[in-house]
Amino acid sequence: MTVSEFARIPMQDDEATTIFEKGAPGRRAFVAPPLDVPQVDGLIPDKFARATAPRLPEASEPEIVRHYVRLSRRNFDLDSGFYPLGSCTMKHNPRLHERVTALPGHAKLHPFQDPARSQGALELMYNLERALGEVSGLPHVSLQPSAGSHGELAGVLLTRAYHEDRGQHRTTVLTPDTSHGTNPATVTMAGYKVVKVGTNPDGGVDVEDLKAKADENVACLMLTNPNTLGVFDPNIEEIASIVHGVGATLYYDGANLNAIMGISRPGDMGFDIVHFNLHKSFTQPHGGGGPGSGPIAVSDRIEPYLPVPVIERVESGNGAGPTFDLIEDDERRPKSIGKLRGFQGNYGCFVRSYAYIRSLGAEGLKDASETAVLNANYLLAKLQQAGVAEYLPLAFGKLCMHEFVLSGAPMKKELGIKTLDLAKRLLDHGYHPPTVYFPLLVDEALLIEPTETETRETLDGFAEAIVAILKEAKDDPSIAQSAPYSTPVRRLDEAGAAKNPVIRQPLG
Amino acid sequence: MTLYTAVTDDDRQAMLDAIGVASVDELFDTIPAALRMAERLDLPEGMAEQEVYNHLRELASKNTSAEDEITFLGAGMYDHYIPSIIDMLLGRSEFLTPYTPYQPEISQGGLQVMFEYQTAMSELTGLPVSNASVYEGPSAVGAAGYLAKLTNGRTRFLVSRGMHPHSRATLETLSVGYGTTVEEIPLSNGVTDLDALHTMLGDDVAAVFIQQPNFLGAIEDVAAFSDAAHAHGALAIASADPLTLGVLEAPGNQGVDVCVGEGQTLGNRMDFGGPSFGFFCASEAHLRKMPGRIAGETKDVDGRRGFVLTLQTREQHIRREKATSNICTSQALNALAGVVYLSWLGRKGLVELGDLMLQRTHYARETLTGIAGVEALHDQPVVREFALRIPGVDVASVVSRCQDAGVNPGFALGRAYDEFSDGLLVAITEQRSKADIDKLAAVLEEAIDAERSGAPATEVTA
Repeated sequence: MTVSEFARIPMQDDEATTIFEKGAPGRRAFVAPPLDVPQVDGLIPDKFARATAPRLPEASEPEIVRHYVRLSRRNFDLDSGFYPLGSCTMKHNPRLHERVTALPGHAKLHPFQDPARSQGALELMYNLERALGEVSGLPHVSLQPSAGSHGELAGVLLTRAYHEDRGQHRTTVLTPDTSHGTNPATVTMAGYKVVKVGTNPDGGVDVEDLKAKADENVACLMLTNPNTLGVFDPNIEEIASIVHGVGATLYYDGANLNAIMGISRPGDMGFDIVHFNLHKSFTQPHGGGGPGSGPIAVSDRIEPYLPVPVIERVESGNGAGPTFDLIEDDERRPKSIGKLRGFQGNYGCFVRSYAYIRSLGAEGLKDASETAVLNANYLLAKLQQAGVAEYLPLAFGKLCMHEFVLSGAPMKKELGIKTLDLAKRLLDHGYHPPTVYFPLLVDEALLIEPTETETRETLDGFAEAIVAILKEAKDDPSIAQSAPYSTPVRRLDEAGAAKNPVIRQPLG
Repeated sequence: MTLYTAVTDDDRQAMLDAIGVASVDELFDTIPAALRMAERLDLPEGMAEQEVYNHLRELASKNTSAEDEITFLGAGMYDHYIPSIIDMLLGRSEFLTPYTPYQPEISQGGLQVMFEYQTAMSELTGLPVSNASVYEGPSAVGAAGYLAKLTNGRTRFLVSRGMHPHSRATLETLSVGYGTTVEEIPLSNGVTDLDALHTMLGDDVAAVFIQQPNFLGAIEDVAAFSDAAHAHGALAIASADPLTLGVLEAPGNQGVDVCVGEGQTLGNRMDFGGPSFGFFCASEAHLRKMPGRIAGETKDVDGRRGFVLTLQTREQHIRREKATSNICTSQALNALAGVVYLSWLGRKGLVELGDLMLQRTHYARETLTGIAGVEALHDQPVVREFALRIPGVDVASVVSRCQDAGVNPGFALGRAYDEFSDGLLVAITEQRSKADIDKLAAVLEEAIDAERSGAPATEVTA
């Protein structure tokens, strides 16, 4: 079997050639504006001047366009098909957002423009801060972090500043063994040691283990709720009280916020710091690996330490509307942790997410979360009823929040195909596979998050594909073991790539 | 209210029946009642698409963009022309809407873009290793600091005062986390004072940081700087403006170990500060300590050429607390704009554009320093940006007067440097013609005169 009868996405499948292998010496696209000032030679001293020009491509505009358009056709994308990648919230990206972000007043606004001449941008950011504060139940927001992990770093640095301001030098941060990898990596970068906390049989934090590990050395507990198992931890209030009892902060990884918007708020659960992934819950398109944006919201006690700049709304008092300003001087923000990056953050992402929030409003955000949870539970139920449970049981609980984890361990044992094989065979059916082998706690894990923007028919189709693959594997496991067949390339030698890294094109 | 969901009442009932619950509410039963919101979120009602468009357009109209004035404002982001093919390619669903390429068989487009991008950045910087992007410029400087700390375990950073103030500030913020201290190397006539650097260096210095061209527009002696760092076993780290590297020697050819920088000038919009991308290039020795994604070339089971994310044992999703960085989502789409832009500019275009900036910048510097009361802040060679002094006037007020006349003359250096409170930083891109520069000269002269004579300035109100 070389080509699957299920192949649904015709992709460009010719042999790969790079832009550096196209074109010819002397070809070009760019034409410089004419030199309209007197030519002066020797403006750069020889020792600073470039001796040999970089070997960039030499190609015409049509060649460049065709190259990248054809290259794009070697990608699977959310607009073409179902993308149930767990913990990534691949919901529809409205094109209105691209249109409004491209308006010159937003797109061509210089970040150092005088605040008096960028009032629309500051107003938008202020409004977005208020909205995120409301959704999280934590009133003070900084939009500055560039992505979720950057928000995590901000959060742990805020925690450090908070403790040190009290003269306390704490050394460890607790993370559950189900956490995203970014959590422990962040903890190390912020100069703390990671201490893992176990998971109880229901998929929540092992409270006894937490009690044993929570002491005055602990700076923070980083938690996702619902967690990466798709389970809302019902003990969250007790967990918060244990953590606060030893004077530590409670950090909320907002990757899974899409389950609870308008339903429950991290601030009300006792969290001190939250990060949002605007590229997940708030539809910033993921762009094949960014850009993202990872604003944070914090409680009153953390507010003094927020990164600069902060946006201030100033009431005019003379009947005119309010004005907005950027505050970053030491005098007014003496305890700030400082800057995490240049300028004000990924404003283009703010425009998109703000447009999203204004489109949906309070009711719409709640509806989005309710539907995300409904869709996830429906897909779970469909799979279980189709006889999948025998091979792919639900790892924890009976119902789920916006995503759920199946274990492929019985499938591997009974049918001889691994989770990886199932994932690769799904490619032939025209689906992006779920997140695989995460969370690490679950053997042969499949983490499935359908999101609210998918139709019932799509979920049915995906369930049928899983059933078909399992049925096929019963007859002949080698089909899945060697999948995919219909993609531009088939399984790639990743070990070889890491052993002898070729990470740039050699040029003559 | 606009919704992007598809569940009808009939759908909902059928789905609830399949799940075996009576209501959607029941699905949230694991959330303790005390934590369920009793009230609706306090947010405005949702709107129809056209209403949202109008609201966002109204906000945009309250901003003065680079289309609303003749702008010479730079200081880290620049109003370069963005070719139309970038809008088209970045708007394609296949590039805009996928996640990070975790399934390489269906992500060859994105992975090959990363590989091409890495090749282009490696060529530009003269360093053999590039990752597939980091967030942006200043945090790239912070990431380079972390690599230095992981590499030699030393704890002092020496940072040129000529680095972008946001880069210095970011490095300080992150240093608190990974346990390093930051000291500033002073400037002398607009460039990093290498004599001062020599006296500050010691065997406890992890890395030395410089910017090329520096914040004041001046070309730095990167080779001398690298030699000084290496004499003490410290890493030499440069932050470079990639669009000047057609005319300026590659930092990699001047001995630096790591070259990072802000990628906005390569085909990305200013967007009030982001998203753009940061680049991160290094010498071979640092390959396995690099932050972020790296694409590598390989073959599939049929022997066909393909690309994968490689050296992932550096990364957070594999190595967790032992990872060389916590970065996950970075700036893939912006890096795509970067490589498309570099392809469009091409081998000759990069040099021609650099030359054009050089010539017009020289002309502008000569013209503006010809105005009475305006002098050069330094006399170092420059490429696209230069610093002036306007002694005895409030420069911020002069800037505002120029803006009222439709010209943004640049960045008032007093916003970032106490010692240059009378300084003005002027940037010249290929979008500013001789006529624009002449207009700037006229408007600036008039504004300075008005400021000196105490004429009332128009008040800018929002």
